[in-house]
Amino acid sequence: MATSDAIRALQERFPELNLEPRPLVTYADGRASDQLWVRVPAQRLVEVCRFLRDDPRTRFEQLCDLTCIDYLNFPGAADRFGVIYALLSLTHNHRLWLKVFVNDPDPTVPSVTGLWRGAEWPEREVYDMFGIRFTGHPDLRRILMPQNFTAYPLRKDYPLTGRGEREDFEVVTRDSA
Amino acid sequence: MPVSYDLMKPTTLEREEGYDDRWTLNFGPQHPATHTTLRLVLELDGERIVDVTPDIGFLHSGFEKLGEHLDYNQYVVVVERMNYVSPINNDLSWHAAVEKLFGIELTPRCKVIRTILAELGRIQDHLLNVGCSGLDLGGFTAFLYGFNERELIYDLIEQISGSRFHPSFTRVGGLAQDVPPGWTERVLDFVRNRVPPALRDVETLLLRNRIFIERTKGIGVISREDAINWSLTGPVARASGVRRDLRKDEPYLCYADNWDGRGAPAVQFKVPIATGGDVYARFLVRLEEIRQSCAIIEQAVRMLPEGPINAAPEANVTLPNKKEIYFSIEGLIHHFEKVMTNRGHRPPIGEAYAATETANGEQGFYVASDGGRTPYRARCRPPSFINYQVFPQLLRGHQISDVPAVLNSLNIIAAELDR
Repeated sequence: MATSDAIRALQERFPELNLEPRPLVTYADGRASDQLWVRVPAQRLVEVCRFLRDDPRTRFEQLCDLTCIDYLNFPGAADRFGVIYALLSLTHNHRLWLKVFVNDPDPTVPSVTGLWRGAEWPEREVYDMFGIRFTGHPDLRRILMPQNFTAYPLRKDYPLTGRGEREDFEVVTRDSA
Repeated sequence: MPVSYDLMKPTTLEREEGYDDRWTLNFGPQHPATHTTLRLVLELDGERIVDVTPDIGFLHSGFEKLGEHLDYNQYVVVVERMNYVSPINNDLSWHAAVEKLFGIELTPRCKVIRTILAELGRIQDHLLNVGCSGLDLGGFTAFLYGFNERELIYDLIEQISGSRFHPSFTRVGGLAQDVPPGWTERVLDFVRNRVPPALRDVETLLLRNRIFIERTKGIGVISREDAINWSLTGPVARASGVRRDLRKDEPYLCYADNWDGRGAPAVQFKVPIATGGDVYARFLVRLEEIRQSCAIIEQAVRMLPEGPINAAPEANVTLPNKKEIYFSIEGLIHHFEKVMTNRGHRPPIGEAYAATETANGEQGFYVASDGGRTPYRARCRPPSFINYQVFPQLLRGHQISDVPAVLNSLNIIAAELDR
């Protein structure tokens, strides 16, 4: 069963969402990538994901990866953040990418940890690096950066060299520890 | 007499209100049994583990941010510092994603050499891991048997790239250079005459060792359904009965049929699956994968065709080879245009994902490009990071001494974990 069948099943179930599959990249000679993505509104995300996981035509049992891109200077981008869900079906051996676009000042996406336990740490990482909050996450803390770090380093408006946060951290010596 | 395993089944301990006989133990970040820099906070009832809280990020060095400021060839130097136990596999994953983004088809010779390197990397990683399976339980000897042969892989890597540990050997659409004459014979000698005896040594030391079996069977069990739901991949998932190997399911390089465009068959190998889902099963899967990797290398060396290693220059993405650069003005200009900051590679605007089956599981890169010379976003799907989140689940109810055993069976590489 090809990815197109899964997308057709998705469109039949959610006709009102207008889920149009688009290739991740189109090459200069007009060929399109075989990897497809679908735009999903944040408020319907969990519903769509549950359908994709459980329907026999789609069966995306695994959340392969969850990441985010800050589309601040991206050509042709209308929204700031795109949270990307890479779904993988072991039954049918196909993949599908979902994108949820959110914007400042309150980038919030519902958590999918209730569907895939494997989303826990990737969601924490996206929160840590981009400041996107996942409502319903059981333990939304920073994961790679220190807890008292104040910025979101993978945002495009954050400089490569940092903003001097490391100077603010307390120096722990053997005597004071 | 067969050992009874029922006595060793973990009993899950529930938290009780008002029960204050628990104590907290800090484990790491500087502890030999963690192998690298990671920290665990263990909540204990006597010697039994009630809960584990992993604390990671000690080695976080912003690889993904760096990737947005280095071009598609430069970044390979950084990515191979992720899983430093098998650095070459990181190179292959990164450039697989970049070539997917550019839409480049590799030359047959490049594909075969990359396949050999991928399997050498897998052997390198698994040899350390099966060796450490003994080390973490107090058996030092198996570790040395594994480590001894890894040294020879470093020699092989040095012969092609000049650098033992971090070769930075792949380039967009090809390789840094061709392999030297006689290299394939040395690879064959290694997989025929050096790996099998080492494996026999490790096996005879551990596989019938009662202490080893008692301390690995039934430890850190995860079921097939949970393994899928927790996004596990690689040997960890296959030891739980998940039939998934990217080399078979989404074949690339020489794992795919018709890899040379003239109908060549894919390399033949079997994917070992175990159903125990415990530390012992993961050990067995890795052992067998080393044997299969040796078989793949034997076939790949036999099918190595002559020809160029870089994709055609009219694709206008690969660097010219060094001979052209040093001995012809055209090659020099071509090289300059590729490496100058205002010229260089011009990928299409868009995104691409490609993953390879590394020793730890699916290592993929999600590359986004805005058409500039550096990636707009270079996301890595690190298998260590994804596999490690299940760790508290595996340890609840076990004892402190099981921590290193389970940690090693997931093969957590902290540099890849934190990036």
